Amino acid sequence: MPKLTVDGIAVEVPPNATILQAAEQAGVEIPRFCYHERLSIAGNCRMCLVDVEKSPKPVASCAMPAAEGMVVHTRSDRANKARAGVMEFLLINHPLDCPICDQGGECDLQDQAMAYGADRGRFHENKRAVKDKDLGPLVATTMTRCIHCTRCVRFATEVAGVPELGAVARGENMEITNYLGQMLSSELSGNVVDLCPVGALTNKPYAFGGRPWELRKTESIDVMDAVGTNIRVDAREQRVMRVLPRIHEDVNEEWLADKSRQACDGLSNQRLDRPYVRKNGKLTEATWQEAFAAVTAKVRGLPGAKVAAIAGDLCDAESMFALKELMTALGSTNIDCRQDGAALDARNRASYIFNTSIAGIEQADAILIIGSNPRTEAPILNARIRKRYLKGGLQVGVIGPQVDLTYKAKNLGNDAGIVSQIASGSHEFANVLKNAKKPMLIVGQGALARADGAQILAAAKQIADSCGLIKDGWNGFNVLHTAAARVGGLDLGFVPGNGGKDVRGILDGASKGEIEVVYLLGADEIDSAKLGKAFVIYQGHHGDRGAHRADVILPGAAYTEKDGLYVNTEGRVQAALRAVFPPGDAREDWTIIRALSESLGKALPFDNLAQLRARLRDAAPTFATVDKVQPAAWGAFGTAGQVNATPFEYPVKNYYMTDPISRASRTMARCTEAFVMGGAQKTGTDG
Amino acid sequence: MLADKDRIFTNLYGRHDWRLKGARARGDWDGTKELMLMGADWIIDEMKRSGLRGRGGAGFPTGLKWSFMPKQESDRPHYLVVNADEGEPGTCKDRDMLRYDPHKLIEGCLLASFAMKAHACYIYIRGEFYNEASNLQVAIDEAYEAGLIGDNACGSGWKFDLYLHRGAGAYICGEETALIESLEGKKGQPRLKPPFPAGVGLYGCPTTVNNVESIAVAPTILRRGASWFAGIGRPNNTGTKVFCISGNVNKPCNVEDSMGIPLKELIEKHAGGVRGGWDNLQGIIPGGASVPILPKSICDTVLMDFDSLRDVKSGLGTAAVMVMDKSQDVVACISRLSDFYKHESCGQCTPCREGCGWLARVMRRMVKGDATLEEIDTLEQVTYQIEGHTICALGDAAAWPVQGLIRHFRPELERRIRDYRDAKVRNRAA
Repeated sequence: MPKLTVDGIAVEVPPNATILQAAEQAGVEIPRFCYHERLSIAGNCRMCLVDVEKSPKPVASCAMPAAEGMVVHTRSDRANKARAGVMEFLLINHPLDCPICDQGGECDLQDQAMAYGADRGRFHENKRAVKDKDLGPLVATTMTRCIHCTRCVRFATEVAGVPELGAVARGENMEITNYLGQMLSSELSGNVVDLCPVGALTNKPYAFGGRPWELRKTESIDVMDAVGTNIRVDAREQRVMRVLPRIHEDVNEEWLADKSRQACDGLSNQRLDRPYVRKNGKLTEATWQEAFAAVTAKVRGLPGAKVAAIAGDLCDAESMFALKELMTALGSTNIDCRQDGAALDARNRASYIFNTSIAGIEQADAILIIGSNPRTEAPILNARIRKRYLKGGLQVGVIGPQVDLTYKAKNLGNDAGIVSQIASGSHEFANVLKNAKKPMLIVGQGALARADGAQILAAAKQIADSCGLIKDGWNGFNVLHTAAARVGGLDLGFVPGNGGKDVRGILDGASKGEIEVVYLLGADEIDSAKLGKAFVIYQGHHGDRGAHRADVILPGAAYTEKDGLYVNTEGRVQAALRAVFPPGDAREDWTIIRALSESLGKALPFDNLAQLRARLRDAAPTFATVDKVQPAAWGAFGTAGQVNATPFEYPVKNYYMTDPISRASRTMARCTEAFVMGGAQKTGTDG
Repeated sequence: MLADKDRIFTNLYGRHDWRLKGARARGDWDGTKELMLMGADWIIDEMKRSGLRGRGGAGFPTGLKWSFMPKQESDRPHYLVVNADEGEPGTCKDRDMLRYDPHKLIEGCLLASFAMKAHACYIYIRGEFYNEASNLQVAIDEAYEAGLIGDNACGSGWKFDLYLHRGAGAYICGEETALIESLEGKKGQPRLKPPFPAGVGLYGCPTTVNNVESIAVAPTILRRGASWFAGIGRPNNTGTKVFCISGNVNKPCNVEDSMGIPLKELIEKHAGGVRGGWDNLQGIIPGGASVPILPKSICDTVLMDFDSLRDVKSGLGTAAVMVMDKSQDVVACISRLSDFYKHESCGQCTPCREGCGWLARVMRRMVKGDATLEEIDTLEQVTYQIEGHTICALGDAAAWPVQGLIRHFRPELERRIRDYRDAKVRNRAA
């Protein structure tokens, strides 16, 4: 533990800490451009030069280890001069186009030039100009502004695992470029915009959209996947302008996946902003009273067994809970939150959450991935596996189609039978797991949403038990979800009650006419053709698949428009906050259900969100602790039986379009065109 | 003046056979096994006592550098890397050693590697040195065939492999950590220090990087004894040194002489004097492009060694003496050097990347005088903004020639600016 003084303040720092970290500990600010906590040290911007006694030259504090007895001055004459010199050099070739630069107002160079720069320039030569690069539909480039800090290069190479950025040429001709003009093929590419300290890389869809000081910032939770990324929603008036990541060390560190960042323009398209009722086969605009009357006319007097409800992937816990209460009041047990029919067992919490936790991945030394492609299902979680991989000594085995996960993974084959083989110990990977200190497995929805999902779940449990995945202080059994609402739904028991039907049963019943009313709460990923002649109530925010089939549409709120609780794949309860109001006549979802219950004569016993949440906590105690993961007790689950030796299919076919919001997003459509369809040749009639 | 018997490079001019037979006749590979049997500690100690300072430019004591390597081998192998990427403008000493005396280098590689417990040595040779690389490869093959290096080098039981790697033509790859990067197959950009190569070098393993001359003189030092070498030259600046004399002299040449020889004597005795006589001298760059120029008044008396030249705010560098007589445009000469550094900066760190271009552009205007008097001060300040603020020494190297020019030739710069301004006024009046 070296002790040193920084600007007269004595600090004791951990071994291997740098001077810059020591200064942070002492509360002394050192300006920097290239240094970033989560990237390797480059030491190339030279902005963090400080004066160390007995050192002949100023030293780069980001790279120099703090040593015992060092005396560091960050405000001495020599340090000030060094910094002012570097700042002058950075500015001589940087265009002073701040008024038309999207980074303006949140630019490190702008801020630090104010603090450490001179008030006039001495450079009278021509400035350098650099050709812009095409990094795809998400990242705009103005390479003339680049200060060559190489943060983007290091991010792409280290964190994203796509070594597609680099620097070519020498000296002042050096350019950051995408080799061969390829687009940045990562689901995390948007993060280079946050990392870029200047306006060289900016958010393309948001280009010229606003200034940071005009935006209202709301801290919230993302719902585009089941990771529960912490986000900040930036809105102006009633429009979400952009989404940025917030730091949460245990979930997303400070990264944000591209869909979560860029699908927000879908919040303004295809919105359901007023109720609709189907008359003579056509959906016509209606008032709330008319819509409720239509529902009431159909549902009142109907036996509970003929009514069913399916909850979608983006629902907040409160609305699911309210709907469950309503269905109970109507006497129906036909409810399900597993649209894809995944064989998840709500009775045992350990069987459906990511027990190891996302941060826990960093301790694992062997990972078996079954029927899941974490790169598209949860890019942030995949980045955590890559982070663990970079430390060395990690073995990864994948059962499923061959894909590039950005780290070295052994494909054990695409055959569900291998799961049984590992469970019985006859496959070599069983020994890898047994010999590992902290082995873990990840079961994806590609495995569980099959007809034999329950058997695969049982086999996975057998692997966990027989290969030592469950030990003191370590639970290596993990389910990776793709839906933000799923764990919450299972936690509060949005699954069939006694004698109730699950999603398959509901659809079967509807097509046979046994079920006459189906309530879809944001459920768009079901086969609506199977709904038969049933009366469909669709409550949601986008005119997507569910709304097309609906007989009554009740316009709800998207995730940025309501306060709500979401439970991520780890079982972490997190609270999202309202950033803007729902459009038009749309309302927050739980209030719609509460109002409808009154119209149905089954008034639910809560009048505000606090009362609803209190009731929810009574019914499902896990909701009592926000932001903490409650460890789940290990127990029996799954249905033993034969696993069909057939190939897996990954649940996410197109990462950029998985839900109503991203399907309504123009940006995501551009990404699909560029990355998924591979920039297919356009014909002359295109556009 | 150095006596012939004290010369180390006895085939500097290529008049004799450069292959193994000729080298043996000149005393190379004589008793190498016995030197190795004296032990690694003895070799390092002798090198320390000889006072040899690195011949690549910085003048760091070679024996001390070798002693920084870990004493015991661990699971990470040790490496010796020889820097034969001779790119400093004006310098051509390593080139003649490589093509005319390759066995001195190979023997030195073996002894140095043995002393540092390295079983493998890489020679990184400048890409343009095609013929030199080819001679060196022939010599390496000869040494392998004769059992001098290989699985049982010189019969000592030491396994030693020597590899030749050709560079691709970047000046910066002569910087030791950039050279290591380049050797690893990456873009040649200097690494941050610490960690130093002796701890984390080539492929992350302990590595020492030495100049060709530093390694090539080692066998002779060990054979003739540290005290012999230390007896030549001046204290702290011992031994012999190969000087490269170029520019406006009557007989440009490479010559080996003792350290601390007066500059005037060096030029008059070996290079046939300055063209047009000593009084026709304008200035001399004494140690390769990156050290500050000296005016005639200093050249009259200065001694050619590390400490004497440092005292006059220049440096010995690679001992490449570039002589300019009064017919030369000294500002244009330095401007040319600034262009060189602008072109060769790796672009990694800010002061060098941006500063070298700035210097070069202002210098080009200074040649014509198209500037203001205040800009001379700005120019000088910019050089101090670069110097000492960069990752490697290229920033310093770019700054020093300009500093030297302003220090000693400021009146010339001012005259040009005034003339240019006056000419402009005249043209306008006319």
